[in-house]
Amino acid sequence: MPAPLLGPALALSGVLFSLGVAGVLLRRNAIILFMCVELMLNAVNLALVAFAQLHGTAGHVMVLLVMTVAAAEAAVGLAIILAIFRHTQSVDLDNINLLHG
Amino acid sequence: MTEVVFWIFAASAVVTAAGCILQRNPVVAALLLVTTMFSLAAIFVLLNAQFVAAMQVLVYAGAIMVLFLFVIMLLNLGRDPTDRRLAVPIGATVVVAGLLAAELLALGRYTPDRLAREALGAALPAPAAAATTGNVVQDVALPLFTTFLVPFELTALLLLAAVVGAVVLAKRKL
Repeated sequence: MPAPLLGPALALSGVLFSLGVAGVLLRRNAIILFMCVELMLNAVNLALVAFAQLHGTAGHVMVLLVMTVAAAEAAVGLAIILAIFRHTQSVDLDNINLLHG
Repeated sequence: MTEVVFWIFAASAVVTAAGCILQRNPVVAALLLVTTMFSLAAIFVLLNAQFVAAMQVLVYAGAIMVLFLFVIMLLNLGRDPTDRRLAVPIGATVVVAGLLAAELLALGRYTPDRLAREALGAALPAPAAAATTGNVVQDVALPLFTTFLVPFELTALLLLAAVVGAVVLAKRKL
């Protein structure tokens, strides 16, 4: 089963994942941080789909499961952000140090 | 032709993703991320994953990003002049992300075939051709409801927990 786009797709996946990591490290806005996490999950999905060309549709099933987890994570994460915003009137992670001790 | 289309959407995905992490306005960042996800959906079609592409548009671009936009607008987060974008020294970030990208790119050149050729001196036996029925939905649904039935049921539990958790966290007074 030929997979002509496997290499390029994996390279794109790596670049997108690295961009997501850079975003998590650079940004202090909690919502944008979450979007960068979604970007990383998407990059992994791309790698799974690329390998599914070789190994059959089990990879597609994995992508669906990852999407479910991402949706659950987004729902809970945004609820936490809402609760924090009500508490501190800000979503800046520098202001969130309640567990600092 | 397929390659040209792939690179067009790949460039679009990388540019919009970079814009997303550099953008100060959260609404614009979210819209750029939606564009990234649409580009990825197009790439999924090129990789013969039509059903996943449809789910990408419906679930990611349609549901998750709308949730993000909803929260951004609910909290009325505009362009934040105090957003110190470079909270971590940019040098450290460039080094970490650059190293990661270099590693992943180096890995990306190692397709299973090439690995097998270098390790075993022979090409892999052709992987058992996935029994494709020609029906894109059936190809995904069959393993989902047979081999992966238990993980599938567990996601139902996970979603229930997420719903209860989100309600408990977001509600002012239970």
